[in-house]
Formats: sequence, structure tokens, C-alpha cells
Amino acid sequence: MYEFLTGYMFWLSIGICLIGLLVRFVLYFKGLSWQLDRVAYKEYPALGLKGAASSIIRWLIPFGTYGWRKQPFMTVIFFGFHIGAVLVPIFLLAHNMFLKEKIGFSLFTLNPTLADILTWAVVVSAVLFVIRRIALPEVRILTTAYDYFILLLSAAPFITGLIARYQVGDYTFWLTVHIFCGEVLLIAIPFTKLSHIALFFASRAQLGMDYGIKRGGAKGKGMAW
Amino acid sequence: MPEGTLCNKKPIDTEEDLKTLLQDTGGKTYYEEMKVLDVNSDLLWNTIKNTCKSRMKTWLEICAHCGMCANSCFLYLINDCDPKQVPAYKIQSTLGEIIKKKGKVDNDFMHMAMETAWAKCTCCNRCGMYCPHGIDMGIMFGYLRGLLYAQGFVPWELKIGAGMHRVYRAQMDVTDTDFTETFEWMVEEYEEDYPGLTVPIDKEGADIMYTVNAREVKHYPEDLAEAAILFHLAGENWTVPSSGWEQTSLSMFAGDWPACKMQVEHVYAAMERLKPKRMVGTECGHAHRATVIEGPYWAGRKDGKPPVESIHYVEWIAEALKTGKLKIDPAKRIKQPVTLQDSCNYIRNHGLKTATREIISYIVEPGYFVEMTPNKEHNYCCGGGGGFNGIGIFRSQRNKALITKRDQLLDTGAELVIAPCHNCWDAIRDLEEEYKIGIKWSFLKPLLISMVQVPEHLQPKE
Repeated sequence: MYEFLTGYMFWLSIGICLIGLLVRFVLYFKGLSWQLDRVAYKEYPALGLKGAASSIIRWLIPFGTYGWRKQPFMTVIFFGFHIGAVLVPIFLLAHNMFLKEKIGFSLFTLNPTLADILTWAVVVSAVLFVIRRIALPEVRILTTAYDYFILLLSAAPFITGLIARYQVGDYTFWLTVHIFCGEVLLIAIPFTKLSHIALFFASRAQLGMDYGIKRGGAKGKGMAW
Repeated sequence: MPEGTLCNKKPIDTEEDLKTLLQDTGGKTYYEEMKVLDVNSDLLWNTIKNTCKSRMKTWLEICAHCGMCANSCFLYLINDCDPKQVPAYKIQSTLGEIIKKKGKVDNDFMHMAMETAWAKCTCCNRCGMYCPHGIDMGIMFGYLRGLLYAQGFVPWELKIGAGMHRVYRAQMDVTDTDFTETFEWMVEEYEEDYPGLTVPIDKEGADIMYTVNAREVKHYPEDLAEAAILFHLAGENWTVPSSGWEQTSLSMFAGDWPACKMQVEHVYAAMERLKPKRMVGTECGHAHRATVIEGPYWAGRKDGKPPVESIHYVEWIAEALKTGKLKIDPAKRIKQPVTLQDSCNYIRNHGLKTATREIISYIVEPGYFVEMTPNKEHNYCCGGGGGFNGIGIFRSQRNKALITKRDQLLDTGAELVIAPCHNCWDAIRDLEEEYKIGIKWSFLKPLLISMVQVPEHLQPKE
């Protein structure tokens, strides 16, 4: 099982994830229509680019926008979740050792203590996401079983990763479950709401172009995100 | 398929049909007929397949259901944080459901969607600024309105409003003759005070072509005279077109996109005919949005711009004050606590917050101007935007919505609010009538007239 997951399935899941995200990203932009969206995208590339860049960058900064500042609790758990969810899988020492062995190439690696903190932050934030969904009426009304499924799917590799890392129970078993969860997640990404990994940038770029080109950008006043 | 005689899927294209619908006071029969109006699911689904593309499909798909939009919506806040007023819920439970069901929705559903689209969203676009994914629900509600309009599920007043643009190319059955005659008559009234005051009609190659809101012609003709006086005092070479003068678009509120195109092309034809250097529109928010921001796209103009540079009245005033074309008598500046209403349509949606504040710096004595909280791009809708002001069946919801602005105004301690937008102006008038907070409200034109210096050569000779 371990061999299968780290061999054939490793390549397949990574491939589906990356190619899938690329396809979704490209299709998104190909599907934009200046007439239906009422934004002259191609006429003002400089304004569009400026608007798109500011729209993305501002939202990537914790407390960088009015929206983030208005909801500090959400901001903390949002970044607590996403920073770890992005950095740990890519820069964890163990992952890079695996990568080095597999393809003879590895990336910069995180300090193990920092990696632990970030992973715990992901798991704790995920729990707080669940509590927030249950506790706040304005979130509860929007929440579906699918939302919990996505959250579980995203948190599972981190939870199982921690169990393996602290060697609770059978290490080999939990390591295998961890790899399995990670690969299921990778495969699910392009086909579910998790496609926002790419489409967040696409959608933010679109609204940024909208404001940059049409809604004030040409007046020298882009959106005050 | 029960299609009513008044409530049906056919737009109003003739004066006769318009008059028949107008005679149905308050839309009594119209709404009765709507109760049995069938939904054409094929039309609905085919329209969605052809027009709901990448941007909107992605918005609906990736919404993380995080609820961060809730607090951005003034209607959510003012309705005691009712979860059913969360913008994401409102759009997912209407447009989202229609798409999920591939257009197979029933009459009751369409009634619910109509109330949601016109009484639970003013298309102010504030939520789009607070969504981490950049999902602009105001845009989606505009789209939903179009789907509902095509099915005949549209408030009575807006069916009439869109019909007005189709029949007269103006709201409120104001004809071209009404416009030119009223403008000329109003200018005559002020001729003695301002010698040489005229309204140049259909002058080719002028620096400015001025366009208005038909309500000014019908209900506030002084506004026309004031515009003429200010252009006259500023020494502007200006004109108005005898046809194509109406900048508003109730069809935009209704979601009648073909009528939006007809209306805006009529204004653009006047620009092409008279070849002015610029177009200046009156103190109206949605009119600016319809003619200057969205209009070029309805008209299929790839560059997203009207045929000539088109600016809002506040931009013209700010420029006239800065260049000294209009000079303010410092002794006559406003010396009472005053605040400013930021119109969603040209502040949030066209970045003109600096222009209005520049004007304030000229016309208000330092120390008297108080900003609202929140303000500028983040300001709340007046409570009557997106057509909400004019819809009789949703009046109680609209009156509740006004409380947001009422409380914002009370918090400033201002005695006067400057509202350079017809919709905002109306909403503030109505909130004063409803809640009696003792606020005064004004467009910029009458304030400027009361304090502008009349150059010696333009003063009346004794």
C-alpha cells in the first residue's frame, strides 16, 4: 500500500491537482466576456493589471483590508489555517526528504518547531471554523454538509500528519493514512470548492480589473480595499 | 400558459399599453395576474446557459459560505441581523437555486425571488468589497433582475418605468417638447436676474452637452434653471440636445436590458449629432451609472466609454471651482453642521469621492463639515437605491431600510445633508417625512447659487 501511494498514486494525485488547477485557471480567464461582464478587459491592460494586483495583494495581507479588519477573529483563524495549509505541505522537512529521494530535488525547508506550530494552527483553526459555522446564525444559514466535508477533507492530512509525527499508535498505519488523505485532497482540489486555490486569484483579479478599468480606476481612484 | 393582460412577459412598447398599465392603480390587477403567471423554464434556463458564464458561475461555485458579507449589508444589519438577509444567502437561495434546478422553478419561487431582488438588495455593491473571493452580489442581483423581468416578475412601477424609456426615451412620460419648453420657460423666469441667460438647444460643437433627469423637468424645474445659471456664470459654452437629454434608466432598475440599450443609444446619438467636447450629467447617481459606466457596454462599445468624455456634475463643479470659473463668496459659505451623502453609483462605483470633498472645501466654512461613518466607498446606500424608493408593495421594507441612513445622519449631528443624487435626495426627504429628525437636505445647485459670486459684467443693470 505504502509503495502504491508513494509511487504511482503520488504522481497521479500531483498531476491531477496541478493540471486540473491550471485548466480551471485558464478556462476561467477564457470564459470572461467584456460584454457580459461589462468590463473592457483588453482595452486597458495597464489599469486592469494594476487593479488585479492590488485586489489580490491587499487580501493576502492579514488585516490588510477593511473586510479583514472588520472581523478580527475570522481573520486570525483564516490566516492561521491558510498559512499552514500552504507552507507545511510544500516546505516540511519530511516532505522534502521524500522529494529528494524521489526526484533528487528538494526545496527550502521549514524549521521543525515552526512546522509543528503551523500544523497545529491549521488543525485548531479548522476546529474554530466548525465552531464558527455552528455558533454564528449568519454562517449557519449558509452552511451545508458539503462545507463540513470540504473542511474535513482539507484538515485530514494535517490531523493524520500530527498523529504520525507524535507517533501515536501504529506509525506506519498513520503515515499511510496521512499520505492517502493528502492524495485524496490533491485529487479533489480541481473538482470541488477547493479549486479556490487557483480561482481565488482569478476571481480577485477579475473584480480588481472591474474596479481598475471601469469603476473608478480610470479616475485614478481604484477600490479602497 | 396564463399570461395576464397587464402582467405578462411582454415589455411595454406602445403608449396605449403604457396608459393601460398606468390606469391599474397601485398595480392591483397586475399583481393579481402575477399570482397565476407561468414560468417559462426553457427560456429561463436557455438565457442562463447563454449569459451566466465564467465570472458568475465561479462566484456561485467558490462562495465559501463564510458569511463575511453579512455585516457589509445594511439591510442585514437594519433587519436585526436576520440570517435571511445575508447577501450570500439571498443570492444562493434565488439565482443559485434557479441554476441548480435548471430553471424549473414555480410561481411562488419567482415571487420570493422578486421580493429578494428588489426589496432585499439595492445593488449598492458594498458586499463585493467585503468578500475575500471578490464576489459582488450586487452584480448578481442585477443579473437576476434581468431574468425575472423577462419572465414578467417585476414590480409594477418598474415595468412602467422601463416602458417609459421604450416609448418616450424618458421616464415619467416627459416628451422632448416638454423638456425644451420647460427649460426655456424656466430660463425666462430668471432672465431678469441674470441678463443674457439662455438655454442653447442643439448647438453643435459646444464644450459641454448637458443631460438631465426627467424628474427635474416634471417635478423640479428650478433645477434646470439653476444648471443654466451656473453654466452661464462660469462662462461655459454649453448646450442641451432637443432629444437624447434624458440620462436616467429605470430600465436598469427593472433589468430590461434591451430598453437600457435603446435609452443609452439615444443619448449617444445626441452626442454624435452635436459633437460636444464633453457631456456633463446632472446630480444623479444611477443616471451616471447607466449612461457613463454601464451604458457603453449595453451599446456594444468595446472601449467601455461613451462617444465623448462624460463626467458627473460634481466633477464639473469641482473643476469650475478649482479653475476659478465659479467663485464662492466666502461670507456666504455654509456655517452650520453639514454632512455629505456618498452615492453608491458614482462614489463606490466610479471613484468620485475626491471631487465631492473638493467642493465641500470651497462651500463649507472650515470646521462645519462632518463626515458620515462609514463614508466614501464604504458608505451605506441611502436606503432607496436600485429602484427601492419607487416600489409601492415594498414600501414598508424601504422605510425600514431608511433607518440606517437616519442613524448615520443623527450620529453626525449635522443639520444639513448635501445629497448630489436624486435617489439619495428622495430617500432622505422620505426619511425626514417618516422619522422627523429635523434634517435639511439639498442638491449642490441651489447651495452654489446662494453663494456664488456673479461677475460684474453679468450682473443686472439697475
